[in-house]
Amino acid sequence: MSRLATGGSRIDRARPITFEFDGVAYPAFVGDTLASALLANDVTVVATSIYDGRPRGIFSAGPEEPNALVGVEWPGGTTESMLRATEVELLDGLSAWPLAGRGRLEAEVAPGRFDHRHAHVEVLVIGGGASGSAAAIAAHAANPDDRVLLLDAEPESVGAPGGSGVPPSGAGIERLPATTALGVYDHGYVTAAQRHPTPRTEGRLWHIRAARIVMATGATERPIVFANDDRPGIMLASAASSYIAGYGVRPGTTAVIFTTNDTTDPVAADLATAGIALAETVDARRGEVVVDTLADDAGRLRAVRIAPLDAAGSPDEARVREVAADLLLVSGGWNPNVALWSQARGTLRFDDALQAFVPDKPGPFRALEATGRAAGVIAGIGMVALTWIVPPLTGDDWSTHYVDLQRDATAADLRRALGAGLQSIEHVKRYTTIGTAADQGKTSGVVASAIAASLLGQEVGAVGVPTYRPPLIPVSFAQLAGRDRGLLLDPTRVTPIHDAHVALGAVFEDVGQWKRPRYYPKPGESMDDAVLREGSATRSAVGVMDASTLGKIDIQGPDAGVFLDRVYTNTFSSLKVGSCRYGLMCRVDGMVFDDGVTSRLADDRFHMTTTTGNAAAVLDHLEEWIQTEWPDLRVRATSVTEHWATVAVVGPRARDVVATLAPDLDVTAEGFPFMTWRDAVVAGIAGRVFRISFSGELAYELNVPSWYGRSLWEAVLAAGAPHGITPYGTEAMHVLRAEKGYPIIGQETDGTTTPQDLGMDGLVSKKKDFIGRRSQRRPDSVRPDRKQLVGLLPVDPDALLPEGAQLVALDADLTRVPVPMLGHVTSSYRSAALGRTFALAMIKGGRDRIGERLLAPMVGGGTIEVEVTGSVVFDPENRRRDGELNEHGQPAT
Amino acid sequence: MLLIPCPWCGPRDETEFKYGGQAGIESPTDPDALTDEEWVAYLFLRDNPKGPFRERWYHVAGCRRWFDRTRDTFTYEFLG
Repeated sequence: MSRLATGGSRIDRARPITFEFDGVAYPAFVGDTLASALLANDVTVVATSIYDGRPRGIFSAGPEEPNALVGVEWPGGTTESMLRATEVELLDGLSAWPLAGRGRLEAEVAPGRFDHRHAHVEVLVIGGGASGSAAAIAAHAANPDDRVLLLDAEPESVGAPGGSGVPPSGAGIERLPATTALGVYDHGYVTAAQRHPTPRTEGRLWHIRAARIVMATGATERPIVFANDDRPGIMLASAASSYIAGYGVRPGTTAVIFTTNDTTDPVAADLATAGIALAETVDARRGEVVVDTLADDAGRLRAVRIAPLDAAGSPDEARVREVAADLLLVSGGWNPNVALWSQARGTLRFDDALQAFVPDKPGPFRALEATGRAAGVIAGIGMVALTWIVPPLTGDDWSTHYVDLQRDATAADLRRALGAGLQSIEHVKRYTTIGTAADQGKTSGVVASAIAASLLGQEVGAVGVPTYRPPLIPVSFAQLAGRDRGLLLDPTRVTPIHDAHVALGAVFEDVGQWKRPRYYPKPGESMDDAVLREGSATRSAVGVMDASTLGKIDIQGPDAGVFLDRVYTNTFSSLKVGSCRYGLMCRVDGMVFDDGVTSRLADDRFHMTTTTGNAAAVLDHLEEWIQTEWPDLRVRATSVTEHWATVAVVGPRARDVVATLAPDLDVTAEGFPFMTWRDAVVAGIAGRVFRISFSGELAYELNVPSWYGRSLWEAVLAAGAPHGITPYGTEAMHVLRAEKGYPIIGQETDGTTTPQDLGMDGLVSKKKDFIGRRSQRRPDSVRPDRKQLVGLLPVDPDALLPEGAQLVALDADLTRVPVPMLGHVTSSYRSAALGRTFALAMIKGGRDRIGERLLAPMVGGGTIEVEVTGSVVFDPENRRRDGELNEHGQPAT
Repeated sequence: MLLIPCPWCGPRDETEFKYGGQAGIESPTDPDALTDEEWVAYLFLRDNPKGPFRERWYHVAGCRRWFDRTRDTFTYEFLG
């Protein structure tokens, strides 16, 4: 046991706990980190290095730890795939295991609780040490009304000796314990990770917006590079003091100190109080260096080889001596922690006295300051020797001169990079991988720059350091996600009729954020069978579908008609009140953006419908043109999508169903013609009925205030029961609309499709200007080989083309790549009405190819031969839309 | 994340906004009078300065108003 009998300001000896490491149980105290507890139990080999498989120990006492990587299972059962032992605050019952350089992300969703919080403050102090505490207190004193937030990486405040300088939480200063800033972004935006903010919460991600930021992030001791500098037992000198004073732990029995500066003086005193023999202090400023180390059978440090430097600065081979030691404490100087400063685009300068990069000027966010050690004020450091690396005693083998312990990257790698001609430190970083591990090079980055500088014959300040990037410390995906996962990742929108679909056994599909019934399988029925049944029932009798998700926009104002004339390719100002018109909307580049039926409710009021997934984008599009281009137009647009529930009653029997539901409504083809709408009371509910159709069948779209949606649906099912009314989903809807050649914007089109490509020239006005018109005259918009919408009938009527399949000429040589592509399949279905498969496709010069045969080569071999047809493969004469029956009582076809 | 000064709502997070690109691009009053090259320039060609740039923003998750602001594209500072 290496636990001292007394001492340890961070541990509570009255509260013993037990933890497990690598399957063995050990005692510890509340307040221990996993690293301090392992050292207290003489566990010095705690991990294996990632590539070279070398045993590794605890190198530091803080977030800079490159070596001691462990997996952890918290007492509650939550596991963490990779943590630094120095940053794991022990809990009773915690279990940890050593890693070989990296963890493996859990396949299971982390069960722990993680959340996010936002804070807006006048002053943000990053760092809870003496300087940070003083800065927070001063900020509060200067302006007591300011909100001052202090981020303290430590769980307990160690802000000042005895805690006297610790700012109290509340009263204007809030201290967040166990919280590390991860990144500093534009305009004072800072993210921070808090560990265990409550006993039941594993982690919290803070989003902070600050008017002023004080960096009190301290400094990190850096190592010196020499042969076999990675053995367990070798650690940063200040870490030994931390373990002795903070945790009452003796990290070794016989020590050697290797230093370039005076900050190791108090370490020597701490060793004495802990009863650790100090065999020797090797001070580079006195011309002596550690040149190599020796290990025992377990790979632990056993002895240190020391040599004086000769006149040329090389270790003197003749005067090497060997000193037995199990602890080698290294201090190559101190680097102010400037990563966050640098992320805030503050500039750095190389300080020659300190031999380190220090903050220079703030960047664009001017209310940025550094204080204390972060600003380069390192008390008692004295003069720093220019010793970054000790050459090999003999020969030219640099392969155990580890620079980046976590990446197993060495001085040999650095020399190879520079030998390959790399000069930029950014390139050197990527070539050697130094600084790219989870520790982000906290102990290796500046050292690598200095070694590169000496090899390049440049100043360290001229070489610089690679860009610092967030996150400052590793953060789990679970913590980044917080509660935004599962059902809470994105809102789920359901229609007022949703529960009825669930009761009917609907299979749902996501359309944007909406859940829409895709099909309603009967027991044992496949999707294909269900879709054929639903489509067949709709064409032969009557079907019903929930169309509530359709985007609906209320357009009002005296200039509403003029506005729609400019927005749609076709004319709406001439539309009569009570009538509906299909409209096509383009972007200014001339490409189709959306489509839908818009109805005139009054002289100054229209009801616009949009595709389900595009409703928000269309409203934004309208707002942009109203606000930025046509502020003179007296018109307003408001989303009413969720105001209305829409039930489409579709099929030759639809009139019978609606007549039953709305006895006061004239439902005859003459009294209520196609493409008109009526105010009506349906199933006792006041609403609107539109005679529009997305299937080619006689159809009534019943709109009622959404509160009544479910009632309407049930009433429609009841009224339709004598006619065998069949609920159908989006899949059957797609088949029915595709049989009629109705494109889906975003399925047939892809943002490079004009109305002319869709064969909709008839909907493009020649008499007025509209958004996109001029673009449709561009040479590229009128190329004869543009892809055009056509239908396809596979020669084998049972062959179903995959959507997305490419189409090539019948005589194309498939062995010569690239095979010229003529187009692609956009929609492909089995049709109950046709008794065969069919497809829609966009094909180069497609309308001139009608009657031609093409080939669709299949992934994995084989081809499907198809015949090009017009895009309307069913009822091209539109004889079914009024639902008249012939003398046999069947719909006229 | 930028802190964008909405003239109606005050400073708000960038995630509440939609970017509208360069401001002050005038819609041609008579598109037919333009050559194809001139029309394409209006459609697609935009300045890309390092330094002050007048831009359009849409406070889509707030007041839903469009407005223009000048921003330094190098420092990201809003200048007015």
